[in-house]
Amino acid sequence: MYIRDTIAAVSTPPGNGGIGIVRISGNTAATVGSAIFKPVKDGGLKSHRFYFGSIHDPASDELIDEAMAVLMKAPRSYTCEDVFELHCHGGVLVVERVLDLVLKCGARLAEAGEFTRRAFLNGRIDLIQAEAVMDIIGSQTEAALRLAQHQREGALSNRIYEARGYLVKALALIEAYIDFPEDDLGETDIATINLTVDRALSILGELLAGFNDGRILREGISVLIIGKPNAGKSSLLNRLLNENRAIVTHIPGTTRDIIEETINLGGLPVKLLDSAGIRSTSDIVEQEGIRRALEKIQEADLVLFVLDASRPFDSEDQMILDALSDAKTILVLNKSDLPRVVELPACFDGMISIPISASSGSGVDDLREKVRTTFLHETDLDNREFVAISRARHHDALVSAEAVLRKFRDNLLLGLGLDLLAIDLRDALSAIGSVTGETTCDEVLDAIFSSFCIGK
Amino acid sequence: MMTYDQQYDVIVVGAGHAGCEAALASARMGCLTLLLTLNLDAIALMSCNPSIGGLAKGHLVKEIDALGGEMARNIDATGIQFRILNTRKGPAVRASRAQADKQLYRLRMKRVLEQQDNLHLKQGEVTALYLEGDVLRGVDTRSGIRFVGRTVILTTGTFMRGLIHIGLTNYPGGRAGDLPSVGLSDQLKSMGLDVGRLKTGTPARLDSRTIDFSRLEPQHGDTPPVPFSFHSTGIPLRQVPCHIAYTNPRTHDIIRSGLDRSPLYAGVIEGIGPRYCPSIEDKVVRFPDKDRHQTFIEPEGLDTVEVYPSGMSTSLPIDIQIAFYRSMAGLENVEIMRPAYAIEYDYVDPIQLHATLETKQIPNLYHAGQINGTSGYEEAAGQGLMAGINAALRVKGRPSFVLGRNEAYIGVMIDDLVTLGTREPYRMFTSRAEYRLLLREDNADLRLAEKGHLLGLVSEADYMTFQRKREMIAAEYERLCSTHLEMNASQAELLSRHGCADIQKGITLEQLLRRPEISYTDLAAIDDVSRETVSNVSEQVEIQIKYRGYIERQLEQVERSHKLENTKLPDELDYYSITGLTTEVREKLAKAKPDTLGQASRIPGVTPAAISVLAIAIKAKRWKSHEA
Repeated sequence: MYIRDTIAAVSTPPGNGGIGIVRISGNTAATVGSAIFKPVKDGGLKSHRFYFGSIHDPASDELIDEAMAVLMKAPRSYTCEDVFELHCHGGVLVVERVLDLVLKCGARLAEAGEFTRRAFLNGRIDLIQAEAVMDIIGSQTEAALRLAQHQREGALSNRIYEARGYLVKALALIEAYIDFPEDDLGETDIATINLTVDRALSILGELLAGFNDGRILREGISVLIIGKPNAGKSSLLNRLLNENRAIVTHIPGTTRDIIEETINLGGLPVKLLDSAGIRSTSDIVEQEGIRRALEKIQEADLVLFVLDASRPFDSEDQMILDALSDAKTILVLNKSDLPRVVELPACFDGMISIPISASSGSGVDDLREKVRTTFLHETDLDNREFVAISRARHHDALVSAEAVLRKFRDNLLLGLGLDLLAIDLRDALSAIGSVTGETTCDEVLDAIFSSFCIGK
Repeated sequence: MMTYDQQYDVIVVGAGHAGCEAALASARMGCLTLLLTLNLDAIALMSCNPSIGGLAKGHLVKEIDALGGEMARNIDATGIQFRILNTRKGPAVRASRAQADKQLYRLRMKRVLEQQDNLHLKQGEVTALYLEGDVLRGVDTRSGIRFVGRTVILTTGTFMRGLIHIGLTNYPGGRAGDLPSVGLSDQLKSMGLDVGRLKTGTPARLDSRTIDFSRLEPQHGDTPPVPFSFHSTGIPLRQVPCHIAYTNPRTHDIIRSGLDRSPLYAGVIEGIGPRYCPSIEDKVVRFPDKDRHQTFIEPEGLDTVEVYPSGMSTSLPIDIQIAFYRSMAGLENVEIMRPAYAIEYDYVDPIQLHATLETKQIPNLYHAGQINGTSGYEEAAGQGLMAGINAALRVKGRPSFVLGRNEAYIGVMIDDLVTLGTREPYRMFTSRAEYRLLLREDNADLRLAEKGHLLGLVSEADYMTFQRKREMIAAEYERLCSTHLEMNASQAELLSRHGCADIQKGITLEQLLRRPEISYTDLAAIDDVSRETVSNVSEQVEIQIKYRGYIERQLEQVERSHKLENTKLPDELDYYSITGLTTEVREKLAKAKPDTLGQASRIPGVTPAAISVLAIAIKAKRWKSHEA
């Protein structure tokens, strides 16, 4: 529900940074901001001008920080409300202190996504754009960013509107046959209706096919590195990490636990999970680590099974192989610089295998490329027209539209009454409308906006 | 001005299709009613085509009947050809249509009005509303009589500032042969109502003795003819066919040669005409590739030689009219008895009305029919009925009566009119109804008879008949659900003949009827009770069973929309006081002044976001009234 009070939040990412921004939005934003910010030059703040000054605690008059401030009067702001931004030094403590003051002066802490929600409710952005803004905030790689920006510019909307256009056209045909039986329209032209709906279906199909790529770009994939101790898992991990900028700091853990690192693999966000070495052991703590690693197999999008190719295949390797069952796996034959000894059992036939040398780095590029192409299609990424639906809600709506349309086509060929056929088409249109935001109701909005980060 | 010594509850101005239903409804609800008309010989006159019904219009007529209106009974008594359209396109879009004997239609309606208690019928031209300050008190007439009434219903048809065009000749008239009504629309305008101008047209009336029907294809009605009214038992009049004729390229050349003298193309006509009912010159100009246009030659009655060529309305000059009608096969020697003409008239944008059809500007003033920008007898009658009902309820101090979009085409029509207004003549189409499968002709009584009875419009006898039917439907449905198939030899044989050999013994008749291959008629062949079931019961049961999935889907949609439809927006709400709406949305809402949030959501340009903002503002009472 939209309550028009004044909200505030830190708009920059958490942690120490060069600059920290506290954003205030609402009817009293200017009052709240001016209560703690004093510009160097006296006189009020003009809209859309940057002022240098200082932040004081109005209770004690204590100087908190030097800052820049900008007032953006409604409706020319992100939320279409009065917005006041305080740009202070980026230390965690300073920014928190400033936010505290703002809240004391009458603002309420913004809920997740509330700024963007207001922008949407005030008609500044449409639903697809609103969702795309969140993707931009959360974008971990450039490709995801490009997709998000593309979406914001309405490429997705355009494709959907195109499909919608065909459905409207087909519906219009049906309605004409219904409402004008005495006009000289000829027999009901089933073929044209069918063809028109087909066009819409093919657009929906195309958009849905792009869904997986879209999700992968946005959410990334998780890759589990598994193998016996000393097969070269850690060297492989280091090799992959060294050559790819880590964008998330690693979560500390013991060598017996799972180590997580996220890398950007040619546009694909990849979460690497390094596991404990798998072997038969009586060490209870180590057993627990192995158990966890084997459990992770089922959760990972891809398993890199690292084998030391310079040694024979043994029962511990077999143990891992058994645990893999039907998980998507790439066999990494490490130590390709040494003479190959390993002989693979027949059950490895058909599994993708890449020889590498983690110590020299040879073959790692091939592996990286293989991982990437397993999930992404090169052409899609570089194609300017590439449009993927990256949100489950869009996906569900288009899937339901597609299902209704398939039923429509069956019913059309079965010769079902035009009145019923029209209902199917209208339902498909209304499903599409829920993507473009045309027929959304409160509950849908609440669900969408609860998944938003604070800030733009 | 002499003040007439009678205090009326309801004064109805105009005795066309809207006025008749309005006057009958209020009189039948016990209100002393005055019906004023320019010409007592032109009551319920069919000024254009001599027919009632058609797609969506037939639906309206059945709804009027279910609510206790007169139109269906009137056409049943005076119809000379009945057809059901779209029989193969699904139950929701089947529609009844009938040709009327135009004179008998008007005479019967006049007789019904004359015999109605509480109803006074008088001839007179209303020149002004009579107000005391801002309060509506009655009407003034040209003959100098002032009639006092608590409510007034205006059903002015095409009469307000009517202007008739034949070629470049034009003259004031409310209809060919009748004077216009002058003064009233100027007064409405001066009171702040937005008055606009529309145009419509009618074809020539031809002499059937000069048409060679042997060269035209006849089109007969259904046998036996099926009446409109749920309470008519049969069709009394002799049934006659229509005939189909076509224009040809020569016709089109003739029409094109006269365009320079067409008031439409010469820019003389300023009113906006109906896109769905274009004149023949419009058809020829807009569809130059079409080498023929179809016309139905419709009889105007049993005792007249006048016939009506549908779809051939025109405002071309008379010499062109004669030439183009005569260029058609079978019409080579045709004589025109009355020329075709176009007419421009004033209407009042219906966006200025509440859903009760009362004007927002002037309390106790109601508008119905063409004054609201609609076209069609059935549209007019539906509004007339609703205006009559609501005026009567106002007089009695009872709550108003509004039909939802999920309840009736009447509800869809009025909601469209008062929510969106109209800039061209509004006609009902089935596609305007989002819950079309629920709004069928066949279930109009099931939807509305109860309401009509509560209003006091449906007689006890008719209501008993209805209740009996409703009970029989429920009983038959129950029986089909609980009767299991024995699967004797003859049943097995019939099922295999219908390609249903897979059906096993023991399924219920309801399950069997759900199969697309099996109709209720097939059931009758294998089940004795089904054979005895009356057709209006078996029809309902069959539709309810066969279309249950779709019907339930629509009912769910109705359920979802209820919250919006039931949230009222206060009259005095000042949209400019609500923060968070764009200026564009504010302007649109301020103009439309919607009664409910549901209505607001249907105004183009009012976004879902704006509806959320509005919903919250209403809930949290964050708005100011106009006065504040």
